[in-house]
Amino acid sequence: MSALRPIGRRMLTALPSVAGVIVVTFLLTRVLPGDTAAYFAGPAATPAAIAEIRAKLGLDQPLPVQFLHYVVDLVHGNFGNSLTTGQPVLSDMLARLPASAELIFIALFLAIVIAVPLGILAALYERSWIDHLCRVVATAGVSLPVFFTGLLLVYVFYYLLGWSPSPIGRIDVFATAPNTITGFYLIDTLIARDADAFRAAFSQLILPSLTLAIFALAPIARMTRGAMLSVLGSEFVRTARAAGLSPYTVVITYAFRNAVLPVITTLGMVFSFLLGASVLVEKVYAWPGIGSYAVEALIVSDYAPVQGFVLVMAVLYLLLNLGIDIVYGLIDPRIGLEG
Amino acid sequence: MNETLRHARHVIGENPVTGVAFGLFVLLLLAAIFGPWVVPYDPLGSDSSASLVAPSARHWFGTDQLGRDIFSRVVAATRLDMIIALSSVIVVFAAGGLSGIFAGYFGGVTDLIVGRLADTIMAFPLFVLAMGIVAALGNTVTNIVIATAVVNFPLYARLARAEANVRRNAGFVMAARLAGNTDTRILLFHILPNILPIMVVQMSLTMGYAILNAAGLSFIGLGVRPPTPEWGIMVAEGAAGIMSGEWWVALFPGLTLMLAVFCFNLLGDGIRDIVDPQRRT
Repeated sequence: MSALRPIGRRMLTALPSVAGVIVVTFLLTRVLPGDTAAYFAGPAATPAAIAEIRAKLGLDQPLPVQFLHYVVDLVHGNFGNSLTTGQPVLSDMLARLPASAELIFIALFLAIVIAVPLGILAALYERSWIDHLCRVVATAGVSLPVFFTGLLLVYVFYYLLGWSPSPIGRIDVFATAPNTITGFYLIDTLIARDADAFRAAFSQLILPSLTLAIFALAPIARMTRGAMLSVLGSEFVRTARAAGLSPYTVVITYAFRNAVLPVITTLGMVFSFLLGASVLVEKVYAWPGIGSYAVEALIVSDYAPVQGFVLVMAVLYLLLNLGIDIVYGLIDPRIGLEG
Repeated sequence: MNETLRHARHVIGENPVTGVAFGLFVLLLLAAIFGPWVVPYDPLGSDSSASLVAPSARHWFGTDQLGRDIFSRVVAATRLDMIIALSSVIVVFAAGGLSGIFAGYFGGVTDLIVGRLADTIMAFPLFVLAMGIVAALGNTVTNIVIATAVVNFPLYARLARAEANVRRNAGFVMAARLAGNTDTRILLFHILPNILPIMVVQMSLTMGYAILNAAGLSFIGLGVRPPTPEWGIMVAEGAAGIMSGEWWVALFPGLTLMLAVFCFNLLGDGIRDIVDPQRRT
């Protein structure tokens, strides 16, 4: 039980951030210029309809009262209704969240699997071709507009080579989508024991997740390289080498376990980038996630979905940072979880 | 000054990439200033008889669905993209830099407020917050500038805060205080000039991000509206062509966008090597 206490304490420190996020999403709709009622009523509404909506939304009441209503609504899971789909925003987003999550997590996984070994090798063989490759990847990754990388990959792998299926949606139009159990197609198709559908969903996922991964590679590779370089130069590594330990033990057990801490810290920042970039990637690949849901709503000034989207993304990001801090504390017992 | 020039030449000589980046920067600047006057075709003029023509001697970058010359549009777009990025960087330099040095110098409540503000912004995925801001303020170019500035605020505020905090009791600050200068005067005329070089490096490094952010927003249909030429929106217009083989509509604006970002990132590293040799990587 005592092991859980620092984790609980760390979760408490996230509360001010949650409060800040809720205040900002509230302010985004209520205080800034523009008639919120007109937003919620949609572009085709009559003045009478707008006035009615204003009263219904409680916008004629003082701001603190409105904020209270907003928080009470959030606690009850009421994010408002989408004008485009006619459904409550929360259920719309819950239906689409797995698509985004599947994409982002696979991309993060790909990025880590490629970038960490690349960074380690670049540090081990400094100034070799692999070090230069690492530098090129790191510089290109931060300079490439993610939507442009996506289109380039579509052109090469779909149009020129024909290796990839048509880059629209999560599964081929001729394959049947699995019954929703987790919402993750890769898992649902496995549960349904449908090998064809699994293959269809998997091949559909490759290009978008690769696009996102290329984007996320750069900071991870650069951080791994830097952290490994400084650890490899330290005295305990020299001692381990002098003691005749195998290179594998020295690099992986001794050096990498110490270098992994700053890399994990970077993951928080990488995740922030990924959540933002996923919106662009979802647009390029017509991926039915919450990003494309928000973009569709933005174009027609349907405000409730956008507000809900910003809130959900911020909460996701907060949760991940919390997770990172907890993992960090587990890996490195010297770090308390208070800060 | 002479010393600085020699050092600059040494840095560029040692790292030719910085020289290339500087050349690219001059090219971008020229395109931004003179672009609209020197392009061969009207960036907005459509020609239905020449729609979707592949790159050729007549149309270097080909033409789009409406028969507009893509080369002319790419060059003409430079000005708008540069203005958006530059103004957002200037806004955030003024807002973030100033509140940062006040927070670092005075500490206490000022520090708490600025710190809390920066933390709250950092609690959002930045591009998502930028989307929300543009959606709330209205879909205009000015609001893209504001949104890009807001999401960069924590970076500037924290940097300026840390640098001002280190110097608040430095010898030259104490001397200035002893000589009877007010706090505001010390901040603006003694501390600010001291941290300016570091802030300039930061500005150059964030220019690339600002361009990407603005192009990303206009790619999803925010801010800039067609038919205005802008790199992000041009890539969006070319997205459909990618599936049917008209690669040039999206490729050239995308490549230019990439080069511009690349240029500012390299330039930032180069400027850092010149003004702040201790942080060389």
